[in-house]
Amino acid sequence: MAAPVISPVLLELARQFLTLSLLSIGGANTVIPEIHLRAVEIEHWMTDADFSEMFALSQAAPGPNVLIVSLIGWKAAGVVGALVAMLAMCAPSSLLTYHFANVWERFREAPLRIAIQTALAPVTVGLIVASGYVLTRTIDHEWLAYVVTGTTVILALTTRLHPLWMLAAAAVLGALHTGS
Amino acid sequence: MDTKKSSPALPHVTTSELFVGFLKVGLSGFGGVLPFARRMLVDKRRWLTELEFNEVLSLSQFLPGPNIVNVSIIVGRRFQGPIGALAATLGLMLMPLIIILLLAALYDQFAQIEAVRGASNAVSAAAAGLMLAVGFKMARPIHKTPWQVGIGVIAFAAIGLARLPLLWVLAVLAPLSVGIAWWQRR
Repeated sequence: MAAPVISPVLLELARQFLTLSLLSIGGANTVIPEIHLRAVEIEHWMTDADFSEMFALSQAAPGPNVLIVSLIGWKAAGVVGALVAMLAMCAPSSLLTYHFANVWERFREAPLRIAIQTALAPVTVGLIVASGYVLTRTIDHEWLAYVVTGTTVILALTTRLHPLWMLAAAAVLGALHTGS
Repeated sequence: MDTKKSSPALPHVTTSELFVGFLKVGLSGFGGVLPFARRMLVDKRRWLTELEFNEVLSLSQFLPGPNIVNVSIIVGRRFQGPIGALAATLGLMLMPLIIILLLAALYDQFAQIEAVRGASNAVSAAAAGLMLAVGFKMARPIHKTPWQVGIGVIAFAAIGLARLPLLWVLAVLAPLSVGIAWWQRR
């Protein structure tokens, strides 16, 4: 029996996201720079412009922000690629979580648990700021983009405005800017 | 169920209720699903108390993987074991996955139009700003602890500036940070 032929891109997608799944401490946002590194610079599945478009779509659509992974898979290998990437991204971490949930409950007051939580908080913060920075470097090439990024940071930090309004306002500005 | 002791009367939640509950969460979350998950789990359906939700969330954030997927795994497992975990996660991801692939296909059709590309670029720029803001907000509770600031800055520089591979950065930084936290505790 010959093994069914699976495209090398699908295997590579699976391999990349299976490892990323276990590295994504603090959530999908922390691995954005690594996804960019692998998808654009190592595997050449897409250009910088494609990547920022996929990111924009994943942010503008409803649902968890891990969906960026399905778009990377889609860009690399169509709908099957999207499913493979998503499954690879979720399966290892979900299995780990499933089995760990039980153990964790029993060590609620354990000093090591508290130390681990204290220790991982700043790592996560550093990684998320790095995500924002890498995205800004990837996306912002002209003055309007810098203004939009800066204004969004300020609004998000100082007001309780729903993020969707900021994305919507940016979409209108961007469309008008090119239209003029 | 081994997680029972934190809630004396564990509500009875069926597999299909888990699926439907998380299906609605997946559909409602724009720019982050967690607030909607909390509303469903704590306020509306009362499957978890506030305290239980915080515990589930902190575990979800500590473990690798998308936080909200981890929440659905833990909650699904709590009420219906493996099948419950599967139903909750499937419910959570099903509609958003379909919607985003439709949007991507649609975008491909219209990407040549300049206004659409302009809008997309500006949305990316705003989304990058949102990501930076989340990072800054999360830095607030740790900014008074010098070693935590140091670890955060090193993590940023290694990944954001030097673009080092995440595996190596975590392999060095995580044990180092846990070591400092452990040592500082005494």
